[in-house]
Amino acid sequence: MNYHEEISDTLQSIAQEKSGWIIDHLVDSNVLDFEPFGVLKLPTIHFELFGFSINLPITKHVIFLWLAGLIVSILFIITAKSYKKSLVPTGLANLIEMIILFIRDEIVKPTIGEKYVNTFTPFLGTVFFFILTCNLLGLLPYGATATSNISVTGALALISFIVIQFAGIKKNGIIGYFKGLIPHGVPVFLLPIMFVVEILGLFTKPFALMIRLFANMTAGHVVILALLGLIFILKTPFISPVSILFALFIYLLELLVALIQAYIFTMLSSLFIGMAIHQEH
Amino acid sequence: MNSILAFLYFILLYGGGEKGGLLDVNPGLIFWTVITFIILLLILKKIAWMPILKAISEREEKIKRDIEEAEKKFKEAEELHRRHQQALEEAEYRVRQLLSEGREYANRVRDDIIAKANVEAQKIFESARLEIENQKIEAMNELKQIVADLSIQVAEKILEETVDKDKNQKLIDQLIQKLPKG
Repeated sequence: MNYHEEISDTLQSIAQEKSGWIIDHLVDSNVLDFEPFGVLKLPTIHFELFGFSINLPITKHVIFLWLAGLIVSILFIITAKSYKKSLVPTGLANLIEMIILFIRDEIVKPTIGEKYVNTFTPFLGTVFFFILTCNLLGLLPYGATATSNISVTGALALISFIVIQFAGIKKNGIIGYFKGLIPHGVPVFLLPIMFVVEILGLFTKPFALMIRLFANMTAGHVVILALLGLIFILKTPFISPVSILFALFIYLLELLVALIQAYIFTMLSSLFIGMAIHQEH
Repeated sequence: MNSILAFLYFILLYGGGEKGGLLDVNPGLIFWTVITFIILLLILKKIAWMPILKAISEREEKIKRDIEEAEKKFKEAEELHRRHQQALEEAEYRVRQLLSEGREYANRVRDDIIAKANVEAQKIFESARLEIENQKIEAMNELKQIVADLSIQVAEKILEETVDKDKNQKLIDQLIQKLPKG
């Protein structure tokens, strides 16, 4: 543990002196940063409700969430419109349809079942496109990755959690659902422990979703920023080719990770919904 | 492994700071995320997902129907082709039969004609032979007569009325009788 503390102390001292900006880049802020063209201050909604003072700041990540929502909406409106012309999609609609079909046939169908395909594909497809767009927006210049904020991933995981529980309860009934959580053939004296474990399991699943997406999206950005920061920490331009090459490599990796994490979030949500619905397995 | 743990330790220590750390939970942001996502989901479900999924399943249905129809048509075509093939084979068989029948008939007619011709020829040949025979006999007789007359004249000239004519005739007849026939 001494070793860890030592490294952590070193990192911390470096961070406070030299690389506080890495964290500043990753965390949410109240301004849209367009250096060197200036900054845009964002408003805060503040009001009193039932005696509580409620503070809803419109932050950088909120703006990017909305941007992602807008982009996904536009893509889907274009796709939906193309079907009015003919049943055969062309161009952009073709790409979107390919992904939709992948989600429907490769994610929802095997994990939840053919019967529920049209019930859950809209939700899971929206999750996929929304997360993917958020992830990719973070890779643009002046962009921010909303999904590298634990509040955002937490909220998405929360929605996923609610959908999972509702799906299970709707299919099995509220008593049947909680009864079904415990596997068959468990000895009676283990029942209380199993019940606690399974209830905990319900929460760990979305918790894992939250942490996985957050950590993956954060880590890549930290690495890119650290690599580019090397130029300024070492105060020599000669390191820049190495930094840029490595940063480019990580950037390409990030593209892949953006896709993979969106896929994994969707896939696992689908899997958990399937497990909640078909409890006998 | 150690470095990963150190990194996590660092994030926990530093990230949880007062001024916006990495692991800070911001209720406002959670609210906005949920609201954004739900609004997006509702909008997309209404204007995009339903039409898209409907269109896709419609198309799949259509493709399935088309394939089934094509298969049916293909089977029909195969059946038709089989029937045509059969008809063709039958026709070929009939043609061959007709041809062989015709050939047989022709053969028979030819044989008949040849046989008839043979018979005719035989008849003609026979009658010609008979004719020749008759002619020959007639000629022979005539020749005999002429020879007799000639010999009589010769004898008359030689004998000069030594024998009378009747006697002589009788003698010569006897002589001729002794001549070999032919």
